[in-house]
Order: sequence, then structure tokens, then C-alpha cells
Amino acid sequence: MAPRPLAVSAALIAAGLVLALVLGPVAAVLARAGGWGTLGPGDWQALRFTLWQSLLSAAFSVSLAIPVARALARRRFPGRGLLISLLGAPFILPTIVAVLGLIAVFGQNGMVNGALRGLGLSGFSIYGLHGVVLAHVFFNLPLAVRLLLQGWLAIPAERFRLSASLGLSPFAMFRTLELPMLLRIAPGAFAVIFVICLSSFAVALTLGGGPRATTVELAIYQAVRFEFDLGRAALLSVIQLGLALLAGLVALRLGTGGGFGSGLDRIVTRWDGRTGVPRLMDAAWVVLAALFLLTPLGMVVARGLPGLAQLGTGSWEAAWNSLTVALASTLLCLAWALPLSTRWGEWVGLVGIAVSPLVLGTGLFLIVRPFANPLSLALPVTTLVNALVALPFALRILRPEAEAVRADYARLAMALGMSPLAWLRLVLLPRLRRPLGFAAGLTAALSIGDLGVIALFADPERATLPLQVYRLMGSYQMEAAAGAALLLLIFSFGAFWLCDRGGRTHADT
Amino acid sequence: MLILEALRYTEGDYSLSADLTLAPGRRVAIIGPSGAGKSTLLDLIAGFLAPRAGRLLWQGQGITTTPPDRRPVAMLFQENNLFPHLSLARNLGLALRPGGGRLSTEEAQKVEQALDRVGLGGLSARKPGALSGGQQSRAALARVLLQARPILALDEPFAALGPALKAQMLDLVQEVASELGALVLLVSHDPQDARRFAEETVLVADGVAHAPVETQALFNAPPEALRAYLGQ
Repeated sequence: MAPRPLAVSAALIAAGLVLALVLGPVAAVLARAGGWGTLGPGDWQALRFTLWQSLLSAAFSVSLAIPVARALARRRFPGRGLLISLLGAPFILPTIVAVLGLIAVFGQNGMVNGALRGLGLSGFSIYGLHGVVLAHVFFNLPLAVRLLLQGWLAIPAERFRLSASLGLSPFAMFRTLELPMLLRIAPGAFAVIFVICLSSFAVALTLGGGPRATTVELAIYQAVRFEFDLGRAALLSVIQLGLALLAGLVALRLGTGGGFGSGLDRIVTRWDGRTGVPRLMDAAWVVLAALFLLTPLGMVVARGLPGLAQLGTGSWEAAWNSLTVALASTLLCLAWALPLSTRWGEWVGLVGIAVSPLVLGTGLFLIVRPFANPLSLALPVTTLVNALVALPFALRILRPEAEAVRADYARLAMALGMSPLAWLRLVLLPRLRRPLGFAAGLTAALSIGDLGVIALFADPERATLPLQVYRLMGSYQMEAAAGAALLLLIFSFGAFWLCDRGGRTHADT
Repeated sequence: MLILEALRYTEGDYSLSADLTLAPGRRVAIIGPSGAGKSTLLDLIAGFLAPRAGRLLWQGQGITTTPPDRRPVAMLFQENNLFPHLSLARNLGLALRPGGGRLSTEEAQKVEQALDRVGLGGLSARKPGALSGGQQSRAALARVLLQARPILALDEPFAALGPALKAQMLDLVQEVASELGALVLLVSHDPQDARRFAEETVLVADGVAHAPVETQALFNAPPEALRAYLGQ
């Protein structure tokens, strides 16, 4: 088929911009990096901590996910569909909101410590390694459950029927059917979560810190903000880059198609585990997992409601900033995603995710500094980085549908001689309404909740809502922080809901 | 005259060559076993595929490298002939204004007339999904009427319709084509279609599109390749 020259040049421009915006900062970081001698013992400690906490987080997430996914795969109960949908929620849940919720449950004055003290036991502190791992498990347990659930539901129902008719013991059945699946899926899930936790910034910023609980990302932030040692920040960025690239390659090799959880509402009929004990165990796992995920969110709502009234002008300004940044980065992300919604375009998009936002931010900081005060560019830079980070997800959603539209209608459009603009306006955009809405919702929610680059660039005058929550926490205005966190939660889920719904209503199939 | 001059198309192991002439205003069936290259031949003529060698001429003008929308060809595909999210009026309007602009009153009237002509009067506000399969075919045909091109290429567009409905549609194509004075090229795997509809038949088999032969004569004394296809 004859190439559509305009579409091709649009794709080339989009790809060029993405590559320049990713590789430019990377080059700046490489050029500015100081010698290895500039690294202190604290930096090596940060590297060790980063690896260690990622390892623990991935191990806990995956091993706890196994019984939960198994229970969800073989039981039917009211609310099962809702619970499975909720497993997707942490993806768009702002980190700072989850952290506040976790503090409310597991913190010094939280429910768990209160209960422990009531029993006469000594409490524990959420700050440090276990807090970081706890938060990572909170975010990644649902992901692991969904990946494993996919594996379980992919086992053909006939196999279970056959093993039931053979009368296999529960152990034999586990060994012949479930173990091979787990050995196939679990390493990939582990690797993906490990990679995600390597680039943890917001969790480490809020629950870690200090010489014993600093990640490389956090060390970059501290080098830029507190010590203003850009050479060391750049060197740390190079380390982070190498770490993420290496781990990313491993994850890609072990790759499990993540997906967004469609088709997980299937239930495979099984004949095992119908007696009392397994049923009870499964129920306990599901209830525990649901409590672990829902209680912190419930606490955010409960504590936030009275705080909403106390929001000052600073918080409302930050809210306004967050909304404008989210709107702009969503538009930018979709403008990138549409021309790149091809197979090779998706690879270009992946480049953005290979580099962590903090590394991108540091690079951009170095590039901008000779020309302007980076702090005055906090919001535009955040917009840009948020769009880049969301791009791979947007492409994952859009690409299959865009290719289907082209396969179905490109010839008709060519036969009619439709102009590129008419194709875009009359065919591509209307046909892609649903995935566009979904992608826009994800991008907007991710952008609203992002606490990364903004922390690197922001001056006291400028903040987004997540940064404002962090600052309120830092100044011990916990009630106002809870109110702002609730507002943030409403914004991010609301933005997702609005966009996604906008794509669904009146969409013709 | 539509002239395929030593036309040759290859893709991997597959190749198709054609050296033949088709007269304006004729109804021509293109038949042959599946995979022989009936649709490929149509795509070459409509401009969706580029030949490796040879020339394509219409009324003495070379159109070998002309893009699809500038060729004298209107095409009906196997499926997806209408955009499902646009009303019939918008779908048909694209034939007159491919840029998607607003139609003038006169153009809007032409659209209504075309729909009337195929028996869909008053349905211009409907979307394709609200029509039956036969009605959708009629709407696509109405668009061809608006395009008013001298060659009408049909790539089995009625394959999903039942026999009676298909016969009706072929009759309608015949009427529309004779109004336009268009050369009709009908790809089909059903020899009945050729006998019913086509004055001439092009047999595509073994990598060659043979020159058109009068349909009746062809079926009365089928050559080896056609006999194999018909199972005789």
C-alpha cells in the first residue's frame, strides 16, 4: 500500500521529539557526571539499599500474591468482580495518598500500633526499610495478583476436568497444573516489580530517608536540592540509568504480557478444594488482601473529610497547578501517541520508560540551567516528563486499535481520496474514542498524582497538589495534609473516570 | 479502453501477470480458484498495489503510478465499505467532498437522489449499523453512483448476502453501471455470478490473468484451467 506521506512525517517528527527529549537529558547527565571519586560511602549505601528493598518488595509482592490469586481464580463470591477491578486502582493512585493512608494504618499513631499497644506489645516504626517495602507491596501486590490470575485463568478448564476425573490429590494437581504455570509467570512478575521498585522515589522520599533508607533516586534529589552537587547528581543518575536498563532488559526477557486486566472475570470450574479447610484459607486470603488494600484508602477518606475545610490558598493554588499540568501533559501525550501508534512507534515510546523521571529531570535541569532558572520552569518540565512517562501506556492502549482502524478503512479512505485532516477528524479520532478516553484518563491520573520531577524543580512559590501534601506533612499539619490528599484522590480518580466515560458514551461501534 | 500491458506483479513466490484489454461499458467477471490473484488483479487496477513491470492505460493515458483516488475506478470492497460511525449522508458526502467539508444544498440533494435510486430514500440520517446487510450494500452502491467513475471494481462485495439478495444486488449493479456507462469488473468465486451477470469473463489461474472471453462461449468449451476449477 502506498505510504501516506503526511502520516509518516508526523510520526517521524513525534519520534524525533521523543528521542531528543530522552536522549538529550541522558547525554547531559553523561557529560556532566563527575569521577567515581566524588561518590561517598553514603552513595554506595544508597545503591545497596535500592537493590535490597527492590528484592524484598518483589519477593513479598509475588509470594503473597500466589495464595490470593489462587483464591480469586477458584472461588466465586459477591463482589469478586469489583475486587478484581479494584486491583487496577493502585496504578492510578497517587503515591503520596497511599503513603498517608498507610501511615494512618501502620504509623506511630495508626490502627495497628494502637492495637499492639493495647495488647501490651511494643509498636513499630513505619519509617525506614519496612515502611518502604510495605508501601511497595501495597502498590505491587495487586499487580502481581493480576499477572498470576491471568496465568491461572489461562490454564484450560479441560485440564482441571481431567485431573478431577483422574482423582489427583491436591498436591499432585498443584504439581502438574499450577506449579508449571507459576514457574512460567512468577519470575516475570518478580522482575517487573523489581524494576518498578528500583526507580522508587516518592515512597523513599516520604517513608525512607536518612543514611540507612535512601534510594539512588532519592540521593539524586538530595544532591541537587540540598548539596547542589550537580556532578555527583549526574553520576548517580548514570548509575540509576545503568541499573534500570540492565534490570529492564532482564524483565523484557522474562516478560509477561501485563495487560490491563481484561477478561479476568472468568471463573474456571474446579473440583478440588471443596472441603472446609481450603475454603476457609481462600476466604482468609481474600479478606486479608482486601483489608490491606482498602483500609488505607478508607482512612484517607475518613481523615480527609474534616481536613477539606481547612485547605488554604496554597493548597487550592497547587490543585489548580496540578490540573493544568495534567491537562497539558495529557494533550501532549496523546499528540505523541496518535502518530506513533504503530509497531515501531511503540518501541520509541518505550525509550521514555527506560529512563527514570528523576534522571530525565536531572538532565533537563543541567540543560536548562545555562539559559534560565530551572526553578521557574518547574511546571513546564513536569508536564513534559509526565507526558513522556505515560506515553508507553498510552501506546499500549492505542496501538492495537489504531492498527485495526487502518487495516479496516485505509483503503476506503484512499479510494475516496480523503485528505489527511479529514481522515484524522472523521475516521481515526471517532473510531479511537474509547481507547483515547482510556489512555487520556490514565495519563491525566498519573500526571495529577506524580511526585517526582516537581520535587526536584519546585521553589516555595510553586507546587503541585502531591508536593503540597508532602510539604504539609513535613510541617506536621497532618489534618490539612489529609484534606489535600483526599482532594488529590478525588482529582486523580475523577479525571480517570471522566475521560474514560467520555470515551464510552455515544461511542458507535 | 483499459489496457493491462505486460503487467507483472510479484510478492515472494507468488506472481501474477496480465496482458489484456477491456472495453468501456462492458460487464466483466473475474473468476478463478482462491489464492490465484483475482483480488490482486483488482488492486493493481484500482491502485492499491504497484506492479513490478508493465503499464496500465485508460483511454490512452498511462495510470500506472496514479494514486487510487485519481484513477477512473470506484471500488466496492469485501467489507468496510461504509464508516460505521457516520450517517449515510456523511458517508456518501465523502464521495463528493473527500476533505470532509460541508455539502452545498445541491450536493446534499444529489446524495438524497442517489439513496432514492438504490431504494433507500429517507434513510440518509441512519448509521450503517441500523441497516440490514442488503441495505448496507445498496448504500455503498449509492456512493459509487455519486463517484461516477467510468470503471466499477467489485471485490466480492455481496459474498455475505443470501442468493436471492445477491441476485437483486447484481441486477442493481447492472442498472447503475449502464446509467453510468461504466466498465464493471466483478470478482467472484461463484461461476453462477459470471453466467448471470457478465458478458465477458477473465479467468485467473496459475499466475496468469487470461484475456477476456465471452462468458457463454467460455463455459460451453471450458479450457483446462477452468475445468479443473469447476471440478469437471
